[in-house]
Amino acid sequence: MNSEERAIVSTIVQFDNVSKVFTTTQQVVTAIDGVSLSVEEGEIFGVIGYSGAGKSTLVRLVNGLERVSSGTLTVAGQDVGVMRESDLRKVRLGIGMIFQQFNLFNSRTVAGNVAYPLRVAGWKKADRDSRVAELLDFVGLLDRAHDYPDRLSGGQKQRVGIARALATSPKLLLADESTSALDPETTQEVLRLLQKVNRELGVTIIVITHEMDVVRSIADRVAVLENGRIVEQGAVFDVFSNPRTETARRFISTVIRNQPSPGDLDRLQRTHKGRIVNVEIHESLRIGTLLSHAFSDHGVQFEVVYGGIGAIQDRSFGSLTLELNGPPGGVDSLIASLQSVTSVEEVRS
Amino acid sequence: MTAALHYIATDWGQMFPLLVENTWLTLYMVVVTLIFGGLLGLALGVLLYTTRRGSILQNGVVYNVLNVVVNIVRPIPFIILIAALGPLTIVFVGTTIGPNAAIFAMVIGATFGIARIVEQNLVTIDPGTIEAARAAGAGPWRIIFTLLIPEALGPLILGYTFVFIGIVDMSAVAGAVGGRGLGDFAIQYGYSRFNWEITFVVIVVIVVLVQLVQFLGNWLARKALRR
Repeated sequence: MNSEERAIVSTIVQFDNVSKVFTTTQQVVTAIDGVSLSVEEGEIFGVIGYSGAGKSTLVRLVNGLERVSSGTLTVAGQDVGVMRESDLRKVRLGIGMIFQQFNLFNSRTVAGNVAYPLRVAGWKKADRDSRVAELLDFVGLLDRAHDYPDRLSGGQKQRVGIARALATSPKLLLADESTSALDPETTQEVLRLLQKVNRELGVTIIVITHEMDVVRSIADRVAVLENGRIVEQGAVFDVFSNPRTETARRFISTVIRNQPSPGDLDRLQRTHKGRIVNVEIHESLRIGTLLSHAFSDHGVQFEVVYGGIGAIQDRSFGSLTLELNGPPGGVDSLIASLQSVTSVEEVRS
Repeated sequence: MTAALHYIATDWGQMFPLLVENTWLTLYMVVVTLIFGGLLGLALGVLLYTTRRGSILQNGVVYNVLNVVVNIVRPIPFIILIAALGPLTIVFVGTTIGPNAAIFAMVIGATFGIARIVEQNLVTIDPGTIEAARAAGAGPWRIIFTLLIPEALGPLILGYTFVFIGIVDMSAVAGAVGGRGLGDFAIQYGYSRFNWEITFVVIVVIVVLVQLVQFLGNWLARKALRR
């Protein structure tokens, strides 16, 4: 897609060849290296990468907590790269942010935390109070308004963080590893809340994470960041059903454990005499129907020996490993017919 | 026991009003020092913390100058600091004798001591909370007053309580070189006249005073920390 077309339609964040260089007395570190990407209004955009890839720096450029070294970064139509700090503060009122360690103020109650951005924005007390109640109701913590953060569980703290980030009704929410300090169940609870924020309030969300599960669960589009560069980006399903880089491939394998490891293959080849193939499964492939003709058309019997089918963005996706037994010509013709509709990889010893 | 201990019978009818007067004088000097030195030290400590690298008012020149000045003033023994401040004391107070002259030197000494204590307590604040406040659009001054000081309040109260004892100590030294107060009283009427009874009573008064303040400080800090 042409980035200029998007800018007219509904782009809320636009990186154009943005770099961020940290200079210390000892060394110069390029944390972000010529990144171009655009985030559309109303979407959940995931940025995934290993620690040290530059994810946190990338997201901090958006609200000016870190300043751009070169390139152009436009947020809601304003060039935040050249703004003065005092002007950036006004921009930040329109951008919420949540953090891995929640970063709640321990000297303030839950209500006090949520009210903080409203004080900064100069709201009157009566307005603040009703807005805080509304937000705490939205995140389901109205009954904890007068507790201090140290009395809350991790999931509750992050919900307070989300309420605080949404206080001034921002159009954009930055989520920096917002579930990385939470257990799997609480992670899902927080992800559902973020999805609700996106769908019910129409807030655009940029999600920074090293967890593939987070991207798979809620993101519409994703960028894979490595060494400060974007190595792949696009719709989540496209990037992860057809990864072009090793990094993307490794991330997929963390959530879709359907490809046998070399150890699994050794075992399979020892215990199965037939030929072994990996068949990629996708939404439109009717694998059952295809295999039901294996014996009648090709004289081949099959066994499912490994694999699984999951979903990315509500679309089926996975891989099955089959053992094929039959005359060599029959097996070859079955493989050929499968190859005409999906990708098939034979495992050879 | 030495003969001196029994030689002079203490005339409490004469000494008691002096003890009371000097107790009040000490309290006056300590409280005024704690207020002014406390505020100046807080300001200096906050500046030290906020101008360091990566902090919200990052400024290498200001930080280095303040840091060096604090490091120069702090190790000077207080009795020497009072003497060294003599000319400045005359400019600001008009004399080097009496409680107000003592207070001037005590405020200077306390300011630099408190500055470090404030800085050390602020360093323990989670930088993430400062980032959260910045992300919410808060500026440096708002962060100082609505975040840094409230978040560090408990340890700050304990720090000030600790400083209180140091200031009582300073007041005794100041008394010895013309400041009056309990320190001066103990030396003039106790030490110089070999009257251990007076010295002992002054110690008891100071210990009780310090205990009361320590108790108050602990109580306030507990309230601030909600423990």
